[in-house]
Amino acid sequence: MVDNKAALKAFREDVAAWMAENVPADPGFLLPLTFLEVGTEQQLDFLREWQHKLWSAGYLGMHWPTEYGGQGADPAYQFVVDRELGRHNAPIIFNTIGLNWVGPLLLDMGTDEEKAKYIKKILSAEEIWCQGFSEPDHGSDLGAVQTRAVKDGDEYVVNGSKIWTTLGNYADHMILLARTNPEAERKYDGLSFFLSPMKVAGIEAHPIRKVTGEYGFNQTFFTDARIPASCLMGEEGGGWSVAMKTLEYERGVTAGQASGHWGVTIQVDDMIDELRALENDGEALLSDPIVRDDLVGFIMEAKALSLSARRMAVPALNTDYPMGLALSVKYRGTEYERRMKQYTASKQGARSALYVGDADAVRGGFWQRAYFSNFGATIGGGTTQVQANIIAEHVLGLPK
Amino acid sequence: MSLTQNVAISLTEEQGMLLDVARGFVRDQAPIEAVRAQLETETGYDATIWQAMVEMGWTGISLPDAVGGAGMGVGSAVPVFDALGGGLLGTPLLSTTIAGQLLWRAAGEKASDWLGRLCNGEIGTVALLDHADWGVANTGVALDTGGVLSGRKHFVADAQVADLYVVVANESGTPVLALVETSALAPGALSANVLIDLTKRAANVDFTGAKPALVVRGEAVTSALRDTLLLGALLTAAETTGAAGRCLSSITEYLKTRKQFGKLIGSYQALKHPTVDIYVGMENARSFVYHGATIVSEEALSRDAEVACRMAKVAADDAMVYAGDRAVQFHGGFGFTWECDSTLFIRRAQWAQQMYGGAIHHRKRLAALLLDDEGGG
Repeated sequence: MVDNKAALKAFREDVAAWMAENVPADPGFLLPLTFLEVGTEQQLDFLREWQHKLWSAGYLGMHWPTEYGGQGADPAYQFVVDRELGRHNAPIIFNTIGLNWVGPLLLDMGTDEEKAKYIKKILSAEEIWCQGFSEPDHGSDLGAVQTRAVKDGDEYVVNGSKIWTTLGNYADHMILLARTNPEAERKYDGLSFFLSPMKVAGIEAHPIRKVTGEYGFNQTFFTDARIPASCLMGEEGGGWSVAMKTLEYERGVTAGQASGHWGVTIQVDDMIDELRALENDGEALLSDPIVRDDLVGFIMEAKALSLSARRMAVPALNTDYPMGLALSVKYRGTEYERRMKQYTASKQGARSALYVGDADAVRGGFWQRAYFSNFGATIGGGTTQVQANIIAEHVLGLPK
Repeated sequence: MSLTQNVAISLTEEQGMLLDVARGFVRDQAPIEAVRAQLETETGYDATIWQAMVEMGWTGISLPDAVGGAGMGVGSAVPVFDALGGGLLGTPLLSTTIAGQLLWRAAGEKASDWLGRLCNGEIGTVALLDHADWGVANTGVALDTGGVLSGRKHFVADAQVADLYVVVANESGTPVLALVETSALAPGALSANVLIDLTKRAANVDFTGAKPALVVRGEAVTSALRDTLLLGALLTAAETTGAAGRCLSSITEYLKTRKQFGKLIGSYQALKHPTVDIYVGMENARSFVYHGATIVSEEALSRDAEVACRMAKVAADDAMVYAGDRAVQFHGGFGFTWECDSTLFIRRAQWAQQMYGGAIHHRKRLAALLLDDEGGG
C-alpha cells in the first residue's frame, strides 16, 4: 500500500532532484528511440551505464523484493520514477525484456534459485536478456514453433532458428520456447520453456537492418547448441503456459514490470508543439480548419486512452467486459501512436521528405524515424490484427 | 499544461447503486417488445413505467434538496441515462431533466414551485430551436411589453406530453426564459414532427399569444443556457453509449449463432475486426461519459467539464453511428427489415447524433478550447 500521498510527493521531489543532476546530457551520437533499436556498441555501453546508475541510486525495480536487488516499495513508486524519466527526457532504460517480461515472470513462477541467479543482474544491467519466441515461419502463430530441443544427459541440444531477437547479439540469456516433443497430441503440449545462455557454442545472432535504417534485432541460429538441462523452466512440455504468462507481461495485461521507460515518450502535446511551429500556405498550420479538426481527433484518442487506463481501476464501470480495457490497450495505443507520428511527419512541407542525418530535417528527422520505429509496437508482441482476434474472441466471445 | 491532464473518472457509491437499479429496471420493465409497443403511439411512452420512474426519484435526481430533489448532482443522472439507453426505452426523462437544470441554473429557488412539480412527475421540456441550428442564440421568440410571447419553436422534445415549457426567448433583445404551461397554449399550437427515431417524440410549437407563468431574467440566463446545453450533450451521450452497448450485444449474439458457408459468421475476420472497433468506440464513449459524470456539478461548468461534455458527445455519436450502421449490414437481409432490432439502433444513432449539436458543432469548439487557449486548463 501507498503509505500516504505526502510520502509519495516527497519521493517524487527526491527523484526529480536526482534526475536534474544525473540524467546524462546528449552524448553527441544518435540514441535509440526504444529498446528495440539498440544497434551499436557505443549505444549499448552508454545505456548499460545509465541503467546501472539509476539502479545504484535506488530508482529501479521499486516494487521488487529487496533480496533480489529491488526496493520493496509500492508499485506507485515505480510509476513516479517512470514519469520523471519521461519528464526529464532521460535516455531509455533498455534491458526491457529482463526488466519487464523475465523479471516479473521469474518473481511469479520461478524457483528461489532462479530468482537469486538472475533478477539482481537484470536490474543492474550486468546481464542482458533477449526473447526467442518468434521463428521465421511462425511469427504470430506461436503454437507452431519448430526449434527443437532434445534432451541428452544433463543437457539439451538445440537446433533451429529464432527471429526478431531484440538485443540478441548483446544478450547473456534468452527466454527460449522450443519443441521438446514433436509427437504431442496437442501442438502446445510439445513445447518447453528455457532460460537459455546465449554465449555458448552453436548459438549465433545475426543483426537485421530495419525500415528505420537502424539495427536492434537479429536472426538467431542454433546449430547443435548444448545448454544445461537445468535451464528448463517448469516442466518439460509445460512451456506454452509459461510463454502465455510472459506475453501477459509483455502486453501489459498483468502488472509487475520494473520500468515503463523503455522508449522515448511521445505525447499528443509533443505533436501539437511541433505542429504549432510549422506553416502552410504562408499561415500557421494550426489555423487550418482541417488540421484543427484532425488534432481534436488525436487529442480525443490520447485522452480516451488515459481515461481508460484510469477506468480499469473502477470495477463498477467494467461489469460488461471486465478484461476488455486491459486486453485492448495494445490494440488501441500502438495504432494511435503510429498514426499520430505519421501525421506529424507528413505536415512539414517539403521537409517531410527529409530523414535522420539531414541538417534541414525537422527535429533531426525525429518524427519520420519515430513513425517507422512504431511498427515495432504494432507488429511486435502480437500484431494489431492478432490483437483484434484476441479481443473478438476473449472479450466479445466470438468464435475462432 | 498537458492537453489530456484532467482524466478524473470514478463512480460514487450512489452512482453505482443507480446504475445497478436502473439496469435492473430496464431489464424487468422494458423488454424490447415493450419498447416496440410504444413506437407508433401518440405519447411514445408507457405511463405506468413513467410513474415507476418518478417514484424511484429519477425526476429529481439532479435537483437540489431545497426544491424537492435528491441533491445527488447532475452527474448522478449519467448512470440512469446509460441504463435507459441500453433499453432504448422512450420516456420524457431527458426533456424533464434538462428543463429542470435550465430552470434551476437560471432561477434557483425562485423557481422552487415549478422545480418541485418536475420532481413530482410533471413533464418539462426546453423549447430552444428557432429552426435547425444548435449553434446560434435561438432567441427568436419575443416577449412583448404586455408579457405575451410571439413566435414559433421547432423540434421541441416531448412537446406533445409536456406540462411545462421553458421557452428560450428575448425581451427587447435580451435573452430571457419564459415558463409556459400547456394550458396557456393556443389551440392547434402543436404540430408533431415525424422523427427518425420512433422511440422519441418532438413537435413544433407556436407560442404566439401565450402568457408565461414566470419570466426568468438576468445574466444567469445566458450562462445557465450554455451549461444546460452542455449537460444535454453529456446526458444524451450517456443514453447513446448505453444504446451502443446494447447494439454491440445484438451484433455479437448474431455473429455467434448465424451460420453461412458452414461456419459461424463471427469467425470471419471481415466481421470480427469491425465488431472490435465498435467495442472500442463504445468503451471510449463510456470513458468520456463517466469522466463527465465525475467532474460536472451544480456549479457553473469548468473548462475541463466543457471539454468533457463535448468529447463525450462526439465519442458517443461516433460509436453509435458506426454500431447502428454495421448492425444493419452485419445482419444481412434480415438486418434490412423492420423486424430486426438493428432498425431501432440505426434510427437512434441518426436521431442522437444531432441532439445538442453534432460532431462538427462540438469538434469546432473543442479545437478552440484545446488549441487556442494554451495553458487555459
